[in-house]
Amino acid sequence: MRKIKKQKIYLLALLLPFIMFVIGFEIGPLVAMIKNSFYADDGIQVTIDQYITIFKSKFYLQAIQNSLVISLFSAVTSVIIAVIAAYSITKFSQKIQNRLLMIANMTSNFEGIPLSFSFIILLGNNGLFTLLFSKIGGDVFADFNLYSWTGLILVYIYFQIPLAIMLIYPSYQGIKKQWKEASSLLGGSTLSFWLHIGIPVLLPSIVGTFSILFANSMGAYATAYALVGSNYNLLSLQIASLVASDVALKPQLGSAMGVLLAATMIGAMWFNERMMRRIRRDLR
Amino acid sequence: MKSSLTFHKVIVGLLVIYLLIPLVGTFLFSIAGKWDHTILPESYTMDWYIELFQDERFYDAFRRTLFLIVMSVGLSVVIMLPTIFIITVYFSKWEGLLQAAAMLPYGIPPIVGAVGLIKVYSDGPIQIAGTPWILIGAYFITILPFMYQGIRSSLRTINAVQLVDAAELLGATKFQSFRTVVFPNIISGILVSTLLSVALLFSEFAFANLLVGGRFETIQIYLADKLNSSGHLTSAIVITYYSMILLLTGIVLKLTFRNEKNPVGSNKKRILSFFKKQHCNKNTAIEGEK
Repeated sequence: MRKIKKQKIYLLALLLPFIMFVIGFEIGPLVAMIKNSFYADDGIQVTIDQYITIFKSKFYLQAIQNSLVISLFSAVTSVIIAVIAAYSITKFSQKIQNRLLMIANMTSNFEGIPLSFSFIILLGNNGLFTLLFSKIGGDVFADFNLYSWTGLILVYIYFQIPLAIMLIYPSYQGIKKQWKEASSLLGGSTLSFWLHIGIPVLLPSIVGTFSILFANSMGAYATAYALVGSNYNLLSLQIASLVASDVALKPQLGSAMGVLLAATMIGAMWFNERMMRRIRRDLR
Repeated sequence: MKSSLTFHKVIVGLLVIYLLIPLVGTFLFSIAGKWDHTILPESYTMDWYIELFQDERFYDAFRRTLFLIVMSVGLSVVIMLPTIFIITVYFSKWEGLLQAAAMLPYGIPPIVGAVGLIKVYSDGPIQIAGTPWILIGAYFITILPFMYQGIRSSLRTINAVQLVDAAELLGATKFQSFRTVVFPNIISGILVSTLLSVALLFSEFAFANLLVGGRFETIQIYLADKLNSSGHLTSAIVITYYSMILLLTGIVLKLTFRNEKNPVGSNKKRILSFFKKQHCNKNTAIEGEK
């Protein structure tokens, strides 16, 4: 009996490094951030001023709004494209399907700094396409500015699409050929099949993918940093400059914004779950 | 019927072109000599690669990145393997807790994680903000979900609990049964999550920039710094870097294919769907408490 107890203590001792890392680099920093957000700039006085500052400041509210709009827009667009593209992919032979998914998987690794760079040399001020189009005389691209909202959207959509395809594609496997046959035997058209059967079956996966993409772009930092630097007002860029820039360090304010960002992401996930459950209840 | 297939061909064609254009463009740019106003480069050259491979700064940055990766992935394997094994086999009541701790980093973006890390380590007893050591800690947490998933599912596939029971019944010690029975069977599963973590950390920029920045220049920091200099040279860096990532993920796919006969479901995707499920369970629990 005593021997078993002793062995258990040894085993527990082996868990110590893991516990230390989790407390030191995961839980600890999170708690420190939340605690820090309730201090004044001097770091001594306990207050909720930092949150009041954010909600009173047009500048910070705009950062939050910009992040939300970009995330919503890019997530919606990528999901729509992915739903259509994934469906088209299922129409090919298994071998080609695998190849196409391989390309999606491959390009999903092309993100962050390298991706932004790629877009800069293609569509930036002296980009290949920019010069090419201006030479051909296409005024269509004259107003296009990569280092702005449109540019950010374009790049965000690029890195969201492969991920969205990989997430949505498997749910098409759940739609059986027999369902289509049954539907058409009962007099349903292709349109009514998708309206009443196809899309409802896909919906949970679409909503789930949407919330993952939304969270993905809310937290995106490297891509935006490389593309617009501090020229565009985004939540993640503001947090970075508040806690780790050379000028105007305001760690308490940065912490408060970090808490808000984390809260938004948790909120998105929570909303997604509510939606999903409602949809599933309807299905029953 | 035939026209509808054409439609799908067009869609998929457009998609593939859209996805590949940035890559192909960067590649062409990295081997282009003169390229101002034509569709394809006017001349080709390997000069940019030659220049890149003579750049001491590139090698230094590469070495630093490797150091960080070897340290954090190595630590992760050494620590997570026994931890997950012990909890799965001997303390299964804590499995939920381990899972929550291991999956949590997936929901926290690096930008949020960095805020707290800077706060904790810039003053107080351990002042490692701005040194590579804080990055190793942060990276250990970053790859936690992947390592956990990989090791946990390998243990489940081989029925580790029954195997250990059997080994101990036959007189093996706990350590012996782990080393001779469990470990050899899960090594390929661990390899997959290890390579995946390496690829992930190669492209990590947020933590590196916010926590350490130019004081310990990793490959990503170097790249970000070069963004505004010669486009051709930077293209060469991007292509070199991306080939390494492709090689790594290629090996991962091959290995997963061999293990599961399912090349399509990459680990990234699986972890995402796992996260979705996870979230579902968590929320149900919260609702139940009300």
